[in-house]
Amino acid sequence: MIELRETGLCACEALQAFEARVDDAGAIVSFSGRVRRGGNGGDVTCLHLQAYSPLTERGMTAAADQAMDRWPLTALSVIHRIGDMAPGETIVFVATAARHRRDAFEAADFLMDYLKTEAVFWKKETTPSGDNWIEPRAQDYQDQARWARNGDI
Amino acid sequence: MARLSFFGRLTDSVFPAEQMLSLPGTVRDTHELRQWLSQIWTLGDLLDDPTIRIAVNDDIVSEPHPVSDQDRIAFLPPVGGG
Repeated sequence: MIELRETGLCACEALQAFEARVDDAGAIVSFSGRVRRGGNGGDVTCLHLQAYSPLTERGMTAAADQAMDRWPLTALSVIHRIGDMAPGETIVFVATAARHRRDAFEAADFLMDYLKTEAVFWKKETTPSGDNWIEPRAQDYQDQARWARNGDI
Repeated sequence: MARLSFFGRLTDSVFPAEQMLSLPGTVRDTHELRQWLSQIWTLGDLLDDPTIRIAVNDDIVSEPHPVSDQDRIAFLPPVGGG
């Protein structure tokens, strides 16, 4: 359900594997996030992502458990890259399966908002003008706040 | 020996990012650890920053928290998200 991966992540293969696992679901939503070419300091040549095991996996598993509690999902998958990545490479893959599409859409959206703001990752982009450590944008926090309920993240 | 790990922007200043270190008897909690590391590595006020949280044995702690020579201790700047 949750995976950190140091090697290449292919969204097509990940989706195929997910579909094979949940062939009885009426709706599958998948999202893949990719490394942007343009960063704060110009063209990004490398994105470096650090995780802290087991805290990173623990947090991702808790978010996945919340998604399973809040929406009637058949299954979900979250695969996140760590290490060095080039522009255009897939950094994250999220897929959700449910009987109906609305639940699958919302759960995938919820999981991505968690990953963008709360997940235990540190992210550095290398550009021609130097290295920059990246923090979540204000918009990322606003997006995540949409899901707030008492006792939730 | 304690196993110290540093993440995020701290890895620009502390090398290697993971290292084994014998803690002296004067270092009994996380506050004393921050002060001691700042002195021996001349880090200035790098670790004197409340936004840098500390995890002891893989749990983020409220400070000051006791530390011992057998602990895994991690210094965590604010996360950047995925």
